[in-house]
Amino acid sequence: MVDFNRFVLSNGLKVLVHEDFTTPMAVVNVLYDVGARDEDPEKTGFAHLFEHLMFGGSVNIPSYDEPLQRVGGENNAFTSNDITNYYITLPASNLETAFWLESDRMLSLAFSEKSLEVQRNVVCEEFKQRYLNQPYGDVWLKLRPLAYKEHPYRWATIGKELSHIEDATMEDVKGFFSKHYNPSNAILVVGGSVYTDQVKELAEKWFGSIPSGEKPIRDLPQESKQTEARREIIKADVPLNAIYMAFHMPARTESGYYECDLISDILSRGNASRLYLSLIKDQKLFSEINAYITSSSDPGLFVIEGKLTAGISPETGEEAIWKELEVLKTTVVPDRELTKVKNKVESTMVFAEMSLLDKAMNLAFFELLGNAGDFNTETQKYLLVTQANIQQRAQEIFTKENSSTLLYLSN
Amino acid sequence: MIERTQAPDFKQVENIELVKADNYTLDNGIKLFAINAGTQDLVRVELIFKNVNWNINKPLQAYAANTMLVEGTSKLSALQLAEEIDYYGAFLQTDYNYDQSSVTLYTLTKHLGATLPVIKQIISDSVFPEDELETFKRNQKQKLSVNLEKNDFLSRRAFNRALFGDSIYGFSSVAADYDKLHRDQLVEYFNLAYRPNNCSIVVSGKVDEATISLINGYFGKNWDKGVDITPNSFTLPIRTGAEHYHEREGALQSAIRIGQVSISRNHPDFAALQVLNTVLGGYFGSRLMANIREDKGYTYGIGSALVSMQNTGYFFIASEVGAQVCTSAVAEIQKEVTTLRTELIPAEELALVKNYMLGSFLGGLENAFSHADKFKNIYFSGLGYDYYENYITTVKTITSEKLLELANFYLNFDSFEKIIVGKK
Repeated sequence: MVDFNRFVLSNGLKVLVHEDFTTPMAVVNVLYDVGARDEDPEKTGFAHLFEHLMFGGSVNIPSYDEPLQRVGGENNAFTSNDITNYYITLPASNLETAFWLESDRMLSLAFSEKSLEVQRNVVCEEFKQRYLNQPYGDVWLKLRPLAYKEHPYRWATIGKELSHIEDATMEDVKGFFSKHYNPSNAILVVGGSVYTDQVKELAEKWFGSIPSGEKPIRDLPQESKQTEARREIIKADVPLNAIYMAFHMPARTESGYYECDLISDILSRGNASRLYLSLIKDQKLFSEINAYITSSSDPGLFVIEGKLTAGISPETGEEAIWKELEVLKTTVVPDRELTKVKNKVESTMVFAEMSLLDKAMNLAFFELLGNAGDFNTETQKYLLVTQANIQQRAQEIFTKENSSTLLYLSN
Repeated sequence: MIERTQAPDFKQVENIELVKADNYTLDNGIKLFAINAGTQDLVRVELIFKNVNWNINKPLQAYAANTMLVEGTSKLSALQLAEEIDYYGAFLQTDYNYDQSSVTLYTLTKHLGATLPVIKQIISDSVFPEDELETFKRNQKQKLSVNLEKNDFLSRRAFNRALFGDSIYGFSSVAADYDKLHRDQLVEYFNLAYRPNNCSIVVSGKVDEATISLINGYFGKNWDKGVDITPNSFTLPIRTGAEHYHEREGALQSAIRIGQVSISRNHPDFAALQVLNTVLGGYFGSRLMANIREDKGYTYGIGSALVSMQNTGYFFIASEVGAQVCTSAVAEIQKEVTTLRTELIPAEELALVKNYMLGSFLGGLENAFSHADKFKNIYFSGLGYDYYENYITTVKTITSEKLLELANFYLNFDSFEKIIVGKK
């Protein structure tokens, strides 16, 4: 159970406080309701590039990192297709420094040309390091546009191509900031050795005077229902043939999400999971296989990926995966097996409560989805899923018409 | 109006309190250390075995034995073992590093009684079935073939080899090593290493006397003590700082790894050298990051670290940089190392690093597991909790003059091994 208090400033900034006096530390987490899905299709990768620029100095404070390190703090951030999240961990006695820094960069950035130029290079190197200079590194650059034709999930957070980042201008940066980075589009969570009254006072003092701005209205093209199987073959200098299969699945807030998450656990979580046992251990068709979901705010993807054993044809591997999916569709999952994956979810949630930062991030994320309190009832939603739900869901999503298959083959 | 250009007042971290381990001895002499902290009803049980009897002719036996512990006992198959653990929402993990092999159980306290007997079977009765071994070898070779395409992976292997030669620290496997791996080697190693006289247990989370006695019931008796073992020993190659360039066609980036053998945690200079390392490459605002990422934009990330192992330690700098700027990046790294030897670290920078390190140390004590990790660091280096008192005092009091002296003694770019994989 993660307790919290909530209040809203007059400029619309939502503030949540989680008091936890078992630690001498504090966490300050700021979530902005903007991600790669909000980008212009011709300027992709921008939300993430922008995240880098948030560390390039703000209107009154030339350096973000240095003053924070000076008081014993650390920080980082990440961008996903849905959100951009910034977080600070520091000794609770120096909490005010975090408010000073976070509020100033919400107020306005320094918009330094040098920072833009350097971070364009840094992000291009990140693009190469993670996506281009690794075996199979570009899979998501290919799989997203195969599975999504209309929704902006068709590009990855890093962007479609290097040129989109290289071409980013200061004008783009300013426009993006004024549209998305304002109090009405943010959620602030403060956790750790802090009191709600103290946080209220600091929030009023540092964030209270920032102009509210207008909460941007999100009007994204929704993906039409896929009606035929999609397929693409890539040949590259990789040692092993690999298969990637993606199926459209429900959004994070729908009940079907929990069903899909449990199905992915039944298929590939642990050494007693179905794909591991059948395809790696028994039939020896794959050396690695995984099933997972993208957990996105808009309807997401259920993905199965595997590397084939040398000498096994992609057709044989694919067929074997489909056979396992057919079993899910035609046979009720045994009660004990479903209980097993539910127990794992339940204990994972208890272990997650050991990390202050994880708690703060989760509160922010669930508040964005509708209500931070839902974080505490998350386990219940998994426990409600029935054997029949699993079978129905499997029948619904594991069809050829709903599949996008990418064969990544060795040259 | 509030004054936004002025930083709020702050305090340096003063009180750092570690949750110390309670010591117990099980009926058969195994030492057990317990960290009791936290509010969640869960527990982590680690069984830690020293790596022993290193033999370059059977280089994979210790690793394979550890990984394959979960592949079956005389009573339960791999599937049954996994089912037993998973059903209770518990997690079982095997870990192998240069010095130790371990088996770790994470479980809700209420399921400890149901899961411990499974762990006992695994560490006392694993049988390493022949067909599971074949699957393991095949899959490992496939994984290796993918990793061998990664510059970073290749640079790590070349670096370890250059520093540590044929020792367990320097060894890197090739596919042929898996072909040479036979079941009898695993059985041999299992019988040697997974024994009470080579085992320490660390328990963390909500730990009470009932937990200890439950553990004693399973691991404190009915477990054959075993035969004598030989601790791993080392003769390291002498090096003079060569450049090792491994060119890869079409590389967009190059992996750089530069460094040398250094001191380990039980050396009196270790804490001070960690301060020096932090200045150079140990945090986001470090000199390497400030120069090579934040000023030049040559890389997504660069860092340095001082690593302590049982028999030695090493220092390294690592990055992946754009292929066309690789030579410039190496020159900048050299410049930063040399500057530490020739110029005093400015007072303001040193003060920042000290505060950062104290805050980071405090933040690293998040929960029972982190306190247990702190304990393992000292225990397996033969140190006591005064190590941390000394660490904190050193961080608070060290001077720029002393750091200059240390840089001249420990950081000499000319004697570093320099590994570059990619293009330059």
